[in-house]
Amino acid sequence: MNIRRFPMTREISLLVLVYLYVPVVVLVSYSFNANRTATVWSHASLDWYGRILANPAIQSATQNSLVLALCAATAATVIALLAALATARAFPSRGGVEAVLNMPLILPEIVVAVATLMLFVALGVQLGLGTMILAHTAFCIPFAYLPIRARLEGMNQSYGEAAQDLYANRFRSFRRVTLPLLWPGIMAGFTLAFVTSLDDFLTSFFLSGPGTTTLPVYIFSSIKAGITPEINAISTVMLVISVLLVSLSFFLGRLRR
Amino acid sequence: MTGNPTLRRLGLLTPALMTIAVLIGVPLMLLFWISLLQKGGSSGVDWGAAPSLGNYIRLVWEEDFDGTMILNTSYLVILLRSILQAAVTTGLSLLFGLPVALWMAGLSRGQRDMMLLLITIPFWTNLLVRNYAWLIILRDDGWLSQAINFVSPGGPIQLLYNDLAVAIGLTYSFLPFMILPLYTVFEKFDWRLLEAAHDLGATRSRALRRVLIPIAMPGIAAGSLLVFIPCLGAFVTPALLGGGKTLMLGNIIQMQFGASRNWPFGAALAVVLLGLMLFVMVCMAIWRNRRVK
Repeated sequence: MNIRRFPMTREISLLVLVYLYVPVVVLVSYSFNANRTATVWSHASLDWYGRILANPAIQSATQNSLVLALCAATAATVIALLAALATARAFPSRGGVEAVLNMPLILPEIVVAVATLMLFVALGVQLGLGTMILAHTAFCIPFAYLPIRARLEGMNQSYGEAAQDLYANRFRSFRRVTLPLLWPGIMAGFTLAFVTSLDDFLTSFFLSGPGTTTLPVYIFSSIKAGITPEINAISTVMLVISVLLVSLSFFLGRLRR
Repeated sequence: MTGNPTLRRLGLLTPALMTIAVLIGVPLMLLFWISLLQKGGSSGVDWGAAPSLGNYIRLVWEEDFDGTMILNTSYLVILLRSILQAAVTTGLSLLFGLPVALWMAGLSRGQRDMMLLLITIPFWTNLLVRNYAWLIILRDDGWLSQAINFVSPGGPIQLLYNDLAVAIGLTYSFLPFMILPLYTVFEKFDWRLLEAAHDLGATRSRALRRVLIPIAMPGIAAGSLLVFIPCLGAFVTPALLGGGKTLMLGNIIQMQFGASRNWPFGAALAVVLLGLMLFVMVCMAIWRNRRVK
Protein backbone atom coordinates (compact mmCIF):
# COMPACT_ATOMS: atom_id res chain seq x y z
CA MET A 1 0.00 0.00 0.00
CA ASN A 2 1.33 3.42 -0.97
CA ILE A 3 0.90 5.76 1.98
CA ARG A 4 0.76 8.78 -0.34
CA ARG A 5 -2.22 7.57 -2.32
CA PHE A 6 -5.71 8.23 -1.05
CA PRO A 7 -8.72 6.49 -2.56
CA MET A 8 -10.94 8.61 -4.79
CA THR A 9 -8.49 11.56 -4.99
CA ARG A 10 -7.48 10.51 -8.50
CA GLU A 11 -11.08 10.27 -9.69
CA ILE A 12 -11.99 13.63 -8.13
CA SER A 13 -8.89 15.25 -9.66
CA LEU A 14 -9.78 14.03 -13.13
CA LEU A 15 -13.35 15.27 -12.59
CA VAL A 16 -11.99 18.71 -11.60
CA LEU A 17 -9.82 18.81 -14.75
CA VAL A 18 -12.90 18.03 -16.82
CA TYR A 19 -14.79 20.78 -14.97
CA LEU A 20 -11.96 23.24 -15.67
CA TYR A 21 -11.53 22.45 -19.35
CA VAL A 22 -14.95 21.41 -20.73
CA PRO A 23 -16.26 25.01 -20.87
CA VAL A 24 -13.12 26.09 -22.75
CA VAL A 25 -13.45 23.24 -25.25
CA VAL A 26 -17.17 23.96 -25.77
CA LEU A 27 -16.49 27.66 -26.35
CA VAL A 28 -13.66 27.03 -28.82
CA SER A 29 -15.54 24.37 -30.77
CA TYR A 30 -18.67 26.52 -31.10
CA SER A 31 -16.54 29.32 -32.52
CA PHE A 32 -15.81 27.08 -35.54
CA ASN A 33 -19.46 26.18 -36.04
CA ALA A 34 -20.95 27.43 -39.31
CA ASN A 35 -24.52 27.46 -38.00
CA ARG A 36 -25.88 30.77 -36.75
CA THR A 37 -28.01 29.14 -34.02
CA ALA A 38 -25.02 28.36 -31.89
CA THR A 39 -26.34 25.08 -30.51
CA VAL A 40 -26.89 23.26 -33.80
CA TRP A 41 -23.69 21.94 -35.33
CA SER A 42 -23.68 21.98 -39.11
CA HIS A 43 -20.06 22.03 -40.31
CA ALA A 44 -16.73 23.58 -39.42
CA SER A 45 -16.00 27.01 -40.78
CA LEU A 46 -13.95 30.13 -40.16
CA ASP A 47 -16.86 32.43 -41.05
CA TRP A 48 -17.08 34.06 -37.63
CA TYR A 49 -13.38 34.83 -37.55
CA GLY A 50 -13.81 36.58 -40.90
CA ARG A 51 -16.75 38.53 -39.50
CA ILE A 52 -14.87 39.76 -36.43
CA LEU A 53 -11.90 40.83 -38.56
CA ALA A 54 -14.23 42.94 -40.68
CA ASN A 55 -16.16 44.45 -37.72
CA PRO A 56 -15.09 48.10 -37.22
CA ALA A 57 -16.32 48.18 -33.59
CA ILE A 58 -14.10 45.19 -32.76
CA GLN A 59 -11.18 46.74 -34.63
CA SER A 60 -11.30 49.93 -32.60
CA ALA A 61 -11.87 48.03 -29.32
CA THR A 62 -8.84 45.82 -30.10
CA GLN A 63 -6.72 48.87 -30.86
CA ASN A 64 -7.79 50.51 -27.56
CA SER A 65 -7.07 47.33 -25.60
CA LEU A 66 -3.59 46.97 -27.11
CA VAL A 67 -2.62 50.62 -26.59
CA LEU A 68 -3.96 50.47 -23.03
CA ALA A 69 -2.13 47.23 -22.16
CA LEU A 70 1.12 48.42 -23.75
CA CYS A 71 1.14 51.79 -21.93
CA ALA A 72 -0.03 50.43 -18.57
CA ALA A 73 2.34 47.42 -18.62
CA THR A 74 5.33 49.57 -19.64
CA ALA A 75 4.68 52.15 -16.91
CA ALA A 76 3.99 49.46 -14.29
CA THR A 77 7.16 47.53 -15.23
CA VAL A 78 9.42 50.60 -14.96
CA ILE A 79 7.87 51.56 -11.60
CA ALA A 80 8.05 47.96 -10.34
CA LEU A 81 11.68 47.55 -11.48
CA LEU A 82 12.77 50.60 -9.46
CA ALA A 83 10.82 49.36 -6.44
CA ALA A 84 12.28 45.85 -6.74
CA LEU A 85 15.82 47.26 -6.83
CA ALA A 86 15.03 49.08 -3.58
CA THR A 87 13.52 46.07 -1.80
CA ALA A 88 16.14 43.53 -2.93
CA ARG A 89 18.08 43.99 0.32
CA ALA A 90 16.44 43.82 3.74
CA PHE A 91 15.61 47.08 5.53
CA PRO A 92 13.43 47.74 8.62
CA SER A 93 10.11 48.62 6.91
CA ARG A 94 10.42 46.26 3.94
CA GLY A 95 7.41 44.18 4.98
CA GLY A 96 5.22 47.29 5.14
CA VAL A 97 6.43 48.57 1.75
CA GLU A 98 5.72 45.21 0.11
CA ALA A 99 2.24 45.11 1.68
CA VAL A 100 1.49 48.51 0.07
CA LEU A 101 2.88 47.35 -3.31
CA ASN A 102 0.65 44.26 -3.19
CA MET A 103 -2.44 46.16 -2.05
CA PRO A 104 -4.09 46.08 -5.52
CA LEU A 105 -4.10 42.25 -5.30
CA ILE A 106 -6.09 42.18 -2.05
CA LEU A 107 -8.62 44.99 -2.48
CA PRO A 108 -11.88 44.08 -4.25
CA GLU A 109 -11.53 45.42 -7.79
CA ILE A 110 -15.05 46.84 -7.91
CA VAL A 111 -14.37 49.03 -4.86
CA VAL A 112 -11.14 50.46 -6.30
CA ALA A 113 -12.82 50.94 -9.70
CA VAL A 114 -15.77 53.00 -8.39
CA ALA A 115 -13.47 54.96 -6.06
CA THR A 116 -11.14 55.85 -8.96
CA LEU A 117 -14.14 56.78 -11.11
CA MET A 118 -15.32 59.23 -8.43
CA LEU A 119 -11.82 60.73 -8.10
CA PHE A 120 -11.57 61.44 -11.83
CA VAL A 121 -15.08 62.90 -11.95
CA ALA A 122 -14.45 65.02 -8.84
CA LEU A 123 -11.29 66.40 -10.47
CA GLY A 124 -13.19 67.06 -13.69
CA VAL A 125 -10.96 64.72 -15.73
CA GLN A 126 -12.49 63.55 -19.01
CA LEU A 127 -12.94 59.74 -18.91
CA GLY A 128 -11.21 57.84 -21.70
CA LEU A 129 -8.07 55.98 -22.63
CA GLY A 130 -5.93 58.22 -20.38
CA THR A 131 -7.91 57.51 -17.22
CA MET A 132 -7.90 53.79 -18.00
CA ILE A 133 -4.10 53.80 -18.49
CA LEU A 134 -3.61 55.45 -15.07
CA ALA A 135 -5.92 53.02 -13.25
CA HIS A 136 -4.47 49.95 -15.03
CA THR A 137 -0.91 51.04 -14.21
CA ALA A 138 -1.77 51.01 -10.49
CA PHE A 139 -3.21 47.47 -10.41
CA CYS A 140 -0.52 46.08 -12.77
CA ILE A 141 2.33 47.06 -10.41
CA PRO A 142 2.23 43.88 -8.24
CA PHE A 143 2.03 41.65 -11.34
CA ALA A 144 5.19 43.24 -12.75
CA TYR A 145 6.89 43.47 -9.35
CA LEU A 146 6.64 39.83 -8.22
CA PRO A 147 8.61 38.17 -11.10
CA ILE A 148 11.30 40.91 -11.07
CA ARG A 149 11.66 40.56 -7.31
CA ALA A 150 11.88 36.75 -7.61
CA ARG A 151 14.64 37.08 -10.22
CA LEU A 152 16.59 39.57 -8.07
CA GLU A 153 16.22 37.26 -5.07
CA GLY A 154 18.01 34.45 -6.87
CA MET A 155 20.72 36.69 -8.33
CA ASN A 156 24.19 36.83 -6.95
CA GLN A 157 24.71 40.37 -5.60
CA SER A 158 28.47 40.01 -5.85
CA TYR A 159 28.51 40.43 -9.67
CA GLY A 160 27.54 44.07 -9.30
CA GLU A 161 30.07 44.50 -6.51
CA ALA A 162 32.77 42.92 -8.66
CA ALA A 163 31.98 45.38 -11.48
CA GLN A 164 32.31 48.25 -9.04
CA ASP A 165 35.62 46.87 -7.78
CA LEU A 166 36.76 47.00 -11.41
CA TYR A 167 36.02 50.75 -11.42
CA ALA A 168 32.60 50.69 -13.06
CA ASN A 169 30.44 53.41 -11.54
CA ARG A 170 27.00 52.55 -10.06
CA PHE A 171 25.11 53.36 -13.25
CA ARG A 172 27.55 51.49 -15.49
CA SER A 173 27.54 48.39 -13.29
CA PHE A 174 23.71 48.47 -13.27
CA ARG A 175 23.46 48.87 -17.05
CA ARG A 176 26.16 46.37 -17.98
CA VAL A 177 25.80 43.73 -15.25
CA THR A 178 22.56 43.86 -13.23
CA LEU A 179 20.18 44.77 -16.06
CA PRO A 180 21.25 41.99 -18.50
CA LEU A 181 21.00 39.40 -15.70
CA LEU A 182 17.62 40.77 -14.66
CA TRP A 183 16.21 40.93 -18.18
CA PRO A 184 14.19 37.65 -18.17
CA GLY A 185 12.51 38.73 -14.91
CA ILE A 186 11.67 42.13 -16.36
CA MET A 187 10.17 40.55 -19.48
CA ALA A 188 8.20 38.02 -17.40
CA GLY A 189 6.83 40.85 -15.25
CA PHE A 190 5.96 42.95 -18.29
CA THR A 191 4.14 40.03 -19.91
CA LEU A 192 2.08 39.28 -16.80
CA ALA A 193 1.19 42.98 -16.42
CA PHE A 194 0.26 43.10 -20.13
CA VAL A 195 -2.05 40.05 -19.84
CA THR A 196 -3.63 41.41 -16.66
CA SER A 197 -4.41 44.72 -18.32
CA LEU A 198 -5.58 43.09 -21.56
CA ASP A 199 -7.98 40.78 -19.70
CA ASP A 200 -9.30 43.38 -17.29
CA PHE A 201 -12.99 44.06 -17.52
CA LEU A 202 -14.26 45.75 -14.32
CA THR A 203 -11.92 48.76 -14.11
CA SER A 204 -12.31 49.51 -17.83
CA PHE A 205 -16.07 49.05 -17.54
CA PHE A 206 -16.29 51.93 -15.05
CA LEU A 207 -13.56 54.16 -16.49
CA SER A 208 -14.05 53.91 -20.25
CA GLY A 209 -15.52 57.08 -21.64
CA PRO A 210 -17.80 57.21 -24.67
CA GLY A 211 -16.06 55.83 -27.75
CA THR A 212 -13.15 54.19 -25.90
CA THR A 213 -14.43 50.65 -25.39
CA THR A 214 -11.92 47.90 -24.76
CA LEU A 215 -12.32 44.36 -26.03
CA PRO A 216 -13.61 42.83 -22.73
CA VAL A 217 -16.08 45.73 -22.30
CA TYR A 218 -17.24 45.18 -25.90
CA ILE A 219 -17.67 41.44 -25.21
CA PHE A 220 -19.70 42.13 -22.06
CA SER A 221 -22.09 44.53 -23.78
CA SER A 222 -22.46 42.12 -26.73
CA ILE A 223 -23.34 39.24 -24.37
CA LYS A 224 -25.94 41.45 -22.70
CA ALA A 225 -27.43 42.22 -26.13
CA GLY A 226 -27.66 38.52 -27.06
CA ILE A 227 -25.36 35.56 -27.63
CA THR A 228 -23.93 35.39 -31.15
CA PRO A 229 -21.26 33.20 -32.77
CA GLU A 230 -19.09 36.32 -33.18
CA ILE A 231 -18.71 36.47 -29.38
CA ASN A 232 -17.50 32.85 -29.38
CA ALA A 233 -14.86 33.68 -31.99
CA ILE A 234 -13.59 36.86 -30.29
CA SER A 235 -13.58 35.09 -26.89
CA THR A 236 -11.52 32.26 -28.36
CA VAL A 237 -9.01 34.77 -29.72
CA MET A 238 -8.70 36.35 -26.24
CA LEU A 239 -8.22 32.90 -24.63
CA VAL A 240 -5.46 31.95 -27.07
CA ILE A 241 -3.62 35.26 -26.59
CA SER A 242 -3.72 34.96 -22.77
CA VAL A 243 -2.50 31.35 -22.77
CA LEU A 244 0.34 32.15 -25.20
CA LEU A 245 1.52 35.20 -23.24
CA VAL A 246 1.33 33.47 -19.84
CA SER A 247 3.26 30.46 -21.18
CA LEU A 248 5.88 32.90 -22.47
CA SER A 249 6.08 34.52 -19.04
CA PHE A 250 6.52 31.15 -17.29
CA PHE A 251 9.23 30.22 -19.77
CA LEU A 252 11.07 33.52 -19.20
CA GLY A 253 10.76 33.09 -15.43
CA ARG A 254 12.44 29.70 -15.62
CA LEU A 255 15.35 30.74 -17.85
CA ARG A 256 18.72 29.76 -16.46
CA ARG A 257 19.99 32.26 -13.95
CA MET B 1 23.04 58.65 -7.50
CA THR B 2 23.65 59.54 -3.89
CA GLY B 3 25.84 57.48 -1.64
CA ASN B 4 23.29 57.35 1.17
CA PRO B 5 21.51 53.99 0.87
CA THR B 6 18.37 55.14 2.69
CA LEU B 7 17.93 58.16 0.40
CA ARG B 8 18.65 56.03 -2.66
CA ARG B 9 16.07 53.45 -1.55
CA LEU B 10 13.50 56.18 -0.97
CA GLY B 11 14.14 57.57 -4.43
CA LEU B 12 13.64 54.16 -6.06
CA LEU B 13 10.45 53.51 -4.08
CA THR B 14 8.86 56.92 -4.65
CA PRO B 15 7.26 56.24 -8.08
CA ALA B 16 5.62 53.00 -6.89
CA LEU B 17 4.40 54.32 -3.56
CA MET B 18 3.19 57.58 -5.12
CA THR B 19 1.27 55.77 -7.88
CA ILE B 20 -0.47 53.52 -5.38
CA ALA B 21 -1.13 56.39 -2.95
CA VAL B 22 -2.62 58.67 -5.62
CA LEU B 23 -4.53 56.05 -7.63
CA ILE B 24 -5.68 53.76 -4.80
CA GLY B 25 -5.18 55.49 -1.43
CA VAL B 26 -6.71 58.86 -2.32
CA PRO B 27 -9.71 57.32 -4.16
CA LEU B 28 -10.46 55.11 -1.13
CA MET B 29 -10.43 58.14 1.19
CA LEU B 30 -12.71 59.98 -1.24
CA LEU B 31 -14.99 56.92 -1.24
CA PHE B 32 -15.38 57.13 2.56
CA TRP B 33 -16.11 60.85 2.34
CA ILE B 34 -18.67 60.53 -0.47
CA SER B 35 -20.44 57.71 1.38
CA LEU B 36 -21.34 60.36 3.99
CA LEU B 37 -22.79 62.81 1.41
CA GLN B 38 -26.06 62.85 -0.52
CA LYS B 39 -26.84 62.41 -4.20
CA GLY B 40 -27.48 65.41 -6.40
CA GLY B 41 -25.88 67.72 -8.92
CA SER B 42 -24.74 66.81 -12.42
CA SER B 43 -21.88 64.60 -11.24
CA GLY B 44 -24.13 62.53 -8.98
CA VAL B 45 -22.84 63.94 -5.69
CA ASP B 46 -24.08 66.93 -3.69
CA TRP B 47 -20.68 68.22 -2.57
CA GLY B 48 -22.14 70.83 -0.20
CA ALA B 49 -24.22 68.39 1.82
CA ALA B 50 -23.52 68.05 5.53
CA PRO B 51 -21.86 64.67 6.15
CA SER B 52 -24.21 62.14 7.74
CA LEU B 53 -24.64 58.41 8.14
CA GLY B 54 -27.88 58.60 6.09
CA ASN B 55 -26.66 56.18 3.41
CA TYR B 56 -25.70 53.55 5.97
CA ILE B 57 -29.06 53.96 7.75
CA ARG B 58 -30.79 53.53 4.38
CA LEU B 59 -29.30 50.04 4.15
CA VAL B 60 -31.60 48.90 6.95
CA TRP B 61 -34.28 51.53 7.55
CA GLU B 62 -36.56 53.27 5.10
CA GLU B 63 -38.44 56.48 5.77
CA ASP B 64 -42.19 56.12 5.30
CA PHE B 65 -44.37 58.95 3.92
CA ASP B 66 -45.32 60.12 7.41
CA GLY B 67 -41.71 60.17 8.58
CA THR B 68 -41.70 56.92 10.57
CA MET B 69 -38.82 54.56 9.90
CA ILE B 70 -39.70 51.09 8.68
CA LEU B 71 -37.39 48.12 8.35
CA ASN B 72 -36.23 47.53 4.78
CA THR B 73 -34.75 44.08 4.37
CA SER B 74 -34.05 44.13 0.62
CA TYR B 75 -30.40 45.24 0.98
CA LEU B 76 -29.84 43.01 4.00
CA VAL B 77 -31.07 40.04 1.97
CA ILE B 78 -28.57 40.85 -0.80
CA LEU B 79 -25.78 41.27 1.75
CA LEU B 80 -26.67 37.97 3.38
CA ARG B 81 -26.89 36.26 0.00
CA SER B 82 -23.42 37.51 -0.96
CA ILE B 83 -21.98 36.11 2.27
CA LEU B 84 -23.81 32.78 1.85
CA GLN B 85 -22.84 32.50 -1.81
CA ALA B 86 -19.18 33.20 -0.91
CA ALA B 87 -19.37 30.61 1.90
CA VAL B 88 -20.92 27.96 -0.38
CA THR B 89 -18.26 28.62 -3.03
CA THR B 90 -15.50 28.34 -0.41
CA GLY B 91 -17.02 25.05 0.81
CA LEU B 92 -17.28 23.63 -2.71
CA SER B 93 -13.72 24.70 -3.53
CA LEU B 94 -12.45 22.98 -0.39
CA LEU B 95 -14.48 19.83 -1.09
CA PHE B 96 -12.96 19.47 -4.56
CA GLY B 97 -9.66 21.30 -4.02
CA LEU B 98 -8.44 19.20 -1.10
CA PRO B 99 -8.49 15.85 -2.95
CA VAL B 100 -6.83 17.44 -5.99
CA ALA B 101 -4.01 18.96 -3.90
CA LEU B 102 -3.58 15.67 -2.05
CA TRP B 103 -3.40 13.70 -5.28
CA MET B 104 -0.95 16.16 -6.88
CA ALA B 105 1.42 15.89 -3.89
CA GLY B 106 1.72 12.14 -4.48
CA LEU B 107 2.68 12.47 -8.16
CA SER B 108 6.14 12.37 -9.71
CA ARG B 109 8.01 15.64 -10.24
CA GLY B 110 7.15 15.99 -13.94
CA GLN B 111 3.49 15.10 -13.47
CA ARG B 112 3.23 17.64 -10.65
CA ASP B 113 4.56 20.46 -12.85
CA MET B 114 2.12 19.45 -15.56
CA MET B 115 -0.82 19.52 -13.12
CA LEU B 116 0.31 22.88 -11.69
CA LEU B 117 0.31 24.33 -15.19
CA LEU B 118 -3.14 22.85 -15.95
CA ILE B 119 -4.56 24.31 -12.72
CA THR B 120 -3.03 27.79 -13.23
CA ILE B 121 -3.81 28.31 -16.93
CA PRO B 122 -7.55 28.99 -16.37
CA PHE B 123 -6.63 31.55 -13.71
CA TRP B 124 -4.73 33.63 -16.26
CA THR B 125 -7.41 33.53 -18.93
CA ASN B 126 -10.13 36.14 -19.12
CA LEU B 127 -12.63 35.89 -16.25
CA LEU B 128 -15.40 37.27 -18.44
CA VAL B 129 -14.73 34.72 -21.18
CA ARG B 130 -14.65 31.84 -18.67
CA ASN B 131 -18.03 32.81 -17.24
CA TYR B 132 -19.41 33.32 -20.73
CA ALA B 133 -18.42 29.72 -21.54
CA TRP B 134 -20.71 28.57 -18.70
CA LEU B 135 -23.47 30.76 -20.10
CA ILE B 136 -23.30 28.78 -23.36
CA ILE B 137 -23.36 25.44 -21.53
CA LEU B 138 -26.17 26.25 -19.11
CA ARG B 139 -28.63 28.09 -21.32
CA ASP B 140 -32.03 26.63 -22.19
CA ASP B 141 -31.11 25.37 -25.67
CA GLY B 142 -27.59 24.36 -24.56
CA TRP B 143 -26.47 20.75 -24.77
CA LEU B 144 -26.60 20.16 -21.00
CA SER B 145 -30.24 21.19 -20.78
CA GLN B 146 -31.04 19.10 -23.86
CA ALA B 147 -29.22 16.10 -22.43
CA ILE B 148 -31.16 16.34 -19.16
CA ASN B 149 -34.37 16.73 -21.13
CA PHE B 150 -33.50 13.62 -23.15
CA VAL B 151 -33.01 11.52 -20.00
CA SER B 152 -36.08 12.84 -18.23
CA PRO B 153 -38.45 14.57 -20.68
CA GLY B 154 -40.69 17.33 -19.37
CA GLY B 155 -39.84 20.53 -21.16
CA PRO B 156 -36.60 22.50 -21.01
CA ILE B 157 -35.08 22.88 -17.58
CA GLN B 158 -33.98 26.29 -16.40
CA LEU B 159 -30.32 25.89 -15.44
CA LEU B 160 -29.35 29.56 -15.69
CA TYR B 161 -30.22 32.59 -13.59
CA ASN B 162 -30.35 30.87 -10.20
CA ASP B 163 -28.09 30.54 -7.16
CA LEU B 164 -26.72 27.19 -8.34
CA ALA B 165 -25.54 28.65 -11.67
CA VAL B 166 -23.80 31.48 -9.78
CA ALA B 167 -22.18 28.96 -7.39
CA ILE B 168 -20.92 26.88 -10.35
CA GLY B 169 -19.49 30.00 -12.01
CA LEU B 170 -17.86 31.32 -8.84
CA THR B 171 -16.30 27.96 -7.99
CA TYR B 172 -15.04 27.75 -11.55
CA SER B 173 -13.53 31.23 -11.26
CA PHE B 174 -11.73 30.80 -7.93
CA LEU B 175 -10.99 27.06 -7.45
CA PRO B 176 -7.27 27.47 -8.34
CA PHE B 177 -6.90 29.87 -5.36
CA MET B 178 -7.86 26.97 -3.07
CA ILE B 179 -5.80 24.25 -4.76
CA LEU B 180 -2.49 26.14 -4.88
CA PRO B 181 -2.05 26.96 -1.13
CA LEU B 182 -3.20 23.45 -0.19
CA TYR B 183 -0.73 21.92 -2.61
CA THR B 184 2.08 24.04 -1.12
CA VAL B 185 1.32 22.53 2.31
CA PHE B 186 1.05 18.92 1.08
CA GLU B 187 4.22 19.27 -1.01
CA LYS B 188 6.24 19.93 2.16
CA PHE B 189 4.35 17.34 4.22
CA ASP B 190 6.44 14.73 6.05
CA TRP B 191 4.76 11.52 4.93
CA ARG B 192 6.48 9.55 7.71
CA LEU B 193 3.88 11.05 10.07
CA LEU B 194 1.19 9.18 8.17
CA GLU B 195 3.24 5.99 8.30
CA ALA B 196 3.60 6.44 12.06
CA ALA B 197 -0.15 6.91 12.44
CA HIS B 198 -0.69 3.82 10.33
CA ASP B 199 1.77 1.75 12.36
CA LEU B 200 -0.01 2.82 15.52
CA GLY B 201 -3.19 1.28 14.14
CA ALA B 202 -4.98 4.34 12.74
CA THR B 203 -7.22 3.63 9.78
CA ARG B 204 -6.73 5.67 6.62
CA SER B 205 -9.67 7.99 7.28
CA ARG B 206 -8.66 8.44 10.92
CA ALA B 207 -5.10 9.34 9.90
CA LEU B 208 -6.55 11.81 7.41
CA ARG B 209 -8.77 13.43 10.03
CA ARG B 210 -6.31 13.45 12.92
CA VAL B 211 -2.95 13.99 11.18
CA LEU B 212 -3.22 15.34 7.65
CA ILE B 213 -6.11 17.83 8.01
CA PRO B 214 -4.75 19.47 11.21
CA ILE B 215 -1.37 19.97 9.54
CA ALA B 216 -3.08 21.33 6.42
CA MET B 217 -5.10 23.89 8.43
CA PRO B 218 -2.88 26.90 7.51
CA GLY B 219 -3.29 26.01 3.83
CA ILE B 220 -7.04 25.52 4.25
CA ALA B 221 -7.26 28.93 5.98
CA ALA B 222 -5.20 30.71 3.31
CA GLY B 223 -7.15 29.09 0.46
CA SER B 224 -10.50 29.88 2.08
CA LEU B 225 -9.54 33.54 2.45
CA LEU B 226 -8.36 33.70 -1.18
CA VAL B 227 -11.68 32.27 -2.40
CA PHE B 228 -14.07 33.96 0.05
CA ILE B 229 -12.86 37.56 -0.43
CA PRO B 230 -13.05 37.83 -4.24
CA CYS B 231 -16.44 36.03 -4.10
CA LEU B 232 -17.84 38.73 -1.82
CA GLY B 233 -17.08 41.41 -4.39
CA ALA B 234 -17.92 39.32 -7.47
CA PHE B 235 -19.66 41.16 -10.27
CA VAL B 236 -19.11 39.35 -13.57
CA THR B 237 -20.41 35.92 -12.50
CA PRO B 238 -23.72 37.06 -10.95
CA ALA B 239 -24.18 39.56 -13.80
CA LEU B 240 -23.88 36.83 -16.45
CA LEU B 241 -25.14 33.64 -14.79
CA GLY B 242 -27.48 35.09 -12.16
CA GLY B 243 -30.79 36.82 -12.57
CA GLY B 244 -32.79 39.48 -10.75
CA LYS B 245 -33.29 37.12 -7.82
CA THR B 246 -29.62 36.29 -7.34
CA LEU B 247 -28.16 39.80 -7.05
CA MET B 248 -24.94 40.12 -5.08
CA LEU B 249 -23.20 43.09 -3.46
CA GLY B 250 -21.14 43.77 -6.60
CA ASN B 251 -24.27 44.06 -8.74
CA ILE B 252 -26.03 46.59 -6.51
CA ILE B 253 -22.84 48.66 -6.24
CA GLN B 254 -22.64 48.78 -10.03
CA MET B 255 -26.35 49.74 -10.26
CA GLN B 256 -25.77 52.85 -8.12
CA PHE B 257 -23.17 53.98 -10.66
CA GLY B 258 -25.31 52.99 -13.62
CA ALA B 259 -29.08 53.19 -13.87
CA SER B 260 -29.89 54.34 -10.30
CA ARG B 261 -27.17 57.00 -10.34
CA ASN B 262 -26.86 57.34 -6.57
CA TRP B 263 -23.10 57.58 -6.08
CA PRO B 264 -23.08 58.28 -2.32
CA PHE B 265 -25.24 55.23 -1.65
CA GLY B 266 -23.02 53.16 -3.98
CA ALA B 267 -19.98 54.45 -2.07
CA ALA B 268 -21.60 53.36 1.22
CA LEU B 269 -22.22 49.87 -0.23
CA ALA B 270 -18.57 49.71 -1.33
CA VAL B 271 -17.45 50.71 2.18
CA VAL B 272 -19.65 47.92 3.61
CA LEU B 273 -17.92 45.46 1.27
CA LEU B 274 -14.49 46.71 2.40
CA GLY B 275 -15.55 46.47 6.05
CA LEU B 276 -16.79 42.91 5.58
CA MET B 277 -13.51 41.97 3.93
CA LEU B 278 -11.47 43.53 6.74
CA PHE B 279 -13.62 41.76 9.35
CA VAL B 280 -12.95 38.36 7.76
CA MET B 281 -9.21 39.08 7.50
CA VAL B 282 -8.98 40.21 11.13
CA CYS B 283 -10.89 37.10 12.31
CA MET B 284 -8.47 34.95 10.35
CA ALA B 285 -5.43 36.76 11.83
CA ILE B 286 -6.77 36.30 15.39
CA TRP B 287 -7.41 32.61 14.73
CA ARG B 288 -3.88 32.20 13.39
CA ASN B 289 -2.34 33.92 16.44
CA ARG B 290 -4.29 31.67 18.81
CA ARG B 291 -3.05 28.63 16.93
CA VAL B 292 0.57 29.67 17.23
CA LYS B 293 0.16 30.05 21.00
